[in-house]
Amino acid sequence: MDQIKKLQAGELFRKYGALIVLIIMLLINAVITPNFVHINTMWNVLIQAFCVLVISMGMTFVIATGGIDISVGSTMAISSIIFAKLLIEMECSFFVSILAALLAACIFGAFNGVLIGVFNFQPIVATLILMISGRGIAQQFNNGAVISFYGNKYSDIGTYRIGGLVPIQVIIVILIIAIALFLAKNTTFGLYVQSIGDNSTASKLVGIRTTAIIVMTYILCAFLAGFAASLETLRICSADPNNIGNNMELDCIAAVAIGGTPMSGGKTIIWGTVVGALVMQLITTMMNMNNIFYAYALVIKSAIIIIALYLQKEKTQ
Amino acid sequence: MDNEYILEMKGITKQFSNVEVLHQVDFKIKKGEVHALMGENGAGKSTLIKILTGVYTKDAGQVFFNGEEIHPSSTLEAQQLGISPIYQEISLIPQLSVAENIFISREIKKKGFIDWKEIYKKAEEILKDLGINIDVRKPLRSYGTAIQQMVAIARSIMINSKMVIMDEATSSLDDDEVQILFNIIRKLKSQGISILFISHRLPEIFEISDSITILKDGSLVGEYPTSSLSRTELVSKMIGRNAEDVVNYKRTNRQIKDEYYLRAKSIKSGVKLRGINLDIRKGEVVGLAGLLGAGRTELARVLFGIDHKDSGSIEINGKEISFKLPREAIKYGIAFCSEDRKVEGIIPNMTVAENLCITNMKKVSYFGVINKRKCSSIAEEFVKKLRIKTPSIAQNIKNLSGGNQQKVILARWLSMEPDFIILDEPTRGIDVGAKKEIEDLIRQMSSQGISILLISSEFEELVRNCDRIVVLRDGMNAGILDGNDISEDKIMNLIANGNMAVGGN
Repeated sequence: MDQIKKLQAGELFRKYGALIVLIIMLLINAVITPNFVHINTMWNVLIQAFCVLVISMGMTFVIATGGIDISVGSTMAISSIIFAKLLIEMECSFFVSILAALLAACIFGAFNGVLIGVFNFQPIVATLILMISGRGIAQQFNNGAVISFYGNKYSDIGTYRIGGLVPIQVIIVILIIAIALFLAKNTTFGLYVQSIGDNSTASKLVGIRTTAIIVMTYILCAFLAGFAASLETLRICSADPNNIGNNMELDCIAAVAIGGTPMSGGKTIIWGTVVGALVMQLITTMMNMNNIFYAYALVIKSAIIIIALYLQKEKTQ
Repeated sequence: MDNEYILEMKGITKQFSNVEVLHQVDFKIKKGEVHALMGENGAGKSTLIKILTGVYTKDAGQVFFNGEEIHPSSTLEAQQLGISPIYQEISLIPQLSVAENIFISREIKKKGFIDWKEIYKKAEEILKDLGINIDVRKPLRSYGTAIQQMVAIARSIMINSKMVIMDEATSSLDDDEVQILFNIIRKLKSQGISILFISHRLPEIFEISDSITILKDGSLVGEYPTSSLSRTELVSKMIGRNAEDVVNYKRTNRQIKDEYYLRAKSIKSGVKLRGINLDIRKGEVVGLAGLLGAGRTELARVLFGIDHKDSGSIEINGKEISFKLPREAIKYGIAFCSEDRKVEGIIPNMTVAENLCITNMKKVSYFGVINKRKCSSIAEEFVKKLRIKTPSIAQNIKNLSGGNQQKVILARWLSMEPDFIILDEPTRGIDVGAKKEIEDLIRQMSSQGISILLISSEFEELVRNCDRIVVLRDGMNAGILDGNDISEDKIMNLIANGNMAVGGN
């Protein structure tokens, strides 16, 4: 029991490495970045991080099964264009439009899941298929053209602030994180996901429907991608199948990795992913607000990721 | 330095997060001797060896090898010094060929390129020396565990080592293969190579070792010439209590009602099962004996729905069934404790409580939401009942000793209150103390009316625990032993000669 009392520095870093980096970054920014300590800056960071935060919740479950989903960016493009097409051009109801966008995302998620869970494709290859084809499919919906809807009756929803203060995205993202935490910690689904990632043979032998669980994680991930895409479309009042969600898969995977969820699976560290996503966004915000040249920004971003990963690397005995 | 010894470890101490796992241990091996290291699981054997092979670093003490003090900091460094470990879990690369596995990291090169011809030739020679004739170009995974073990040994011989460490090297071998291994050991010994031998099988220790060092709870109990110890004395020293009752437990014949739980008829599947019959009555312990590859595990896998039968019928409680998946068998109240605890049993990074409750989620969850308190109380109950040694139920199962992991797996299945449990080598690789507890548990379960199929390579274990023993040979029934007919001799005889004397199927 003494081991618990004496959390050594090394163990502290390993457990809270990402959080420590986040706090340090907040402190540095508070000092060097002008106007950083302002509620609007905080809201902006959260709004900008919205998509990564939401989708990386799903990505955490996918990675915990030992898988990976690199098609989330393309899924976003598909959902975004379907949503805007129905809502703006075909003038369907808001409800029908978002339902269609989410349904499409789920179908593509199921496609990933079936390739991986049923046909045993390697996850990175299986989702590569949709990553490549997804943007093509998205462009087909509107012949590659962007749908914009400034000044439309829907154009204020995405920038709505509850009580004139809290952006709608912040409330939604908190809800989604809470649900993800609950799923991971308190449900059989969360337990089975970790069990499959940790030892899939044993999981099958204890009677877990491993295939179904794997398919579900990919559907969940795609669903969240579709959901984030729809909200993002509303916020920026345009659906651009070429650009929405570009590099989203990489940002999400990085967020999960920084958060300490092992790529080999077996653990869902939801809080870590939240911190990871915020770290990623803070770096970008810091670079932007300090007018650092984009090319340098990328290098600094990588350096900070390396530090975060190094801090929590498993100590050898 | 005294030159008589190849290895001297003095005052070795090691802590893991403030828990002392080795306390001032002295350990010496003479040149050209087979030295057994004994102790229960958790006694510190593995840690001592990992320090010796550079996996862990010691906190205090000295290690002398061949007269010089060494501080290996990696297995590679230890190998270069001449210390070759062959681990419990075979650490080879299944996708690579046999020859590649033997020569990996020390490939023979010609002008900077790998000289495959030479490698294949040498690999073949080395294996032939060990009495094995196989195609060294085939991937390792196309051979069975026994061959893989031999390849691991070939690899360490190739390194030209002065000392070979065999950590449970025999645990996956059958008797013939063990004899081949022992011949190899004797050969190595005659070449002046020392062998550090670890095994849970006592007869092997007495057959092959020259001296024995015993550890208990991280401390040295003592070093003894093998000839000076009796089997009972050895066990007593290992577990620190009188072991008469472990070794000398006598079987008792029980009356079992003639009510069948399971009747399997002429089960065929692939080349391994060629028409096996098996009957199990309610509350009966039926043993399944036979050599490796006789179809024991294969039959169990068909009964549990992991593999599928090509023909034949299985009746449970008089109803014909056919499981496509383990989960269907589980729903029917069947449990399966696999022989490969690491790969098919534990979920290593999950807690004892989670590992215990995972088959039983229906009971502890409501619409997919887990009732953690209920899960914990079930876990606590079984930890107490089976005397599972763990700091808490929140401990990850991988940190428990083998015997305690096995108890958690047993508890996992017991908690779902099964009608029938298949135990495939339930005591493999676990120490004498835990072994007795698991055998006690088998009797307890059967007295509660649970039917049990016990698969074991240890005849003693079968004789001690079974009401009936079904002997398999080459995927077919070789005979059945009942009541007073049950003895090690008769099992052996059936395996060797088949069903001539004893009336059966």
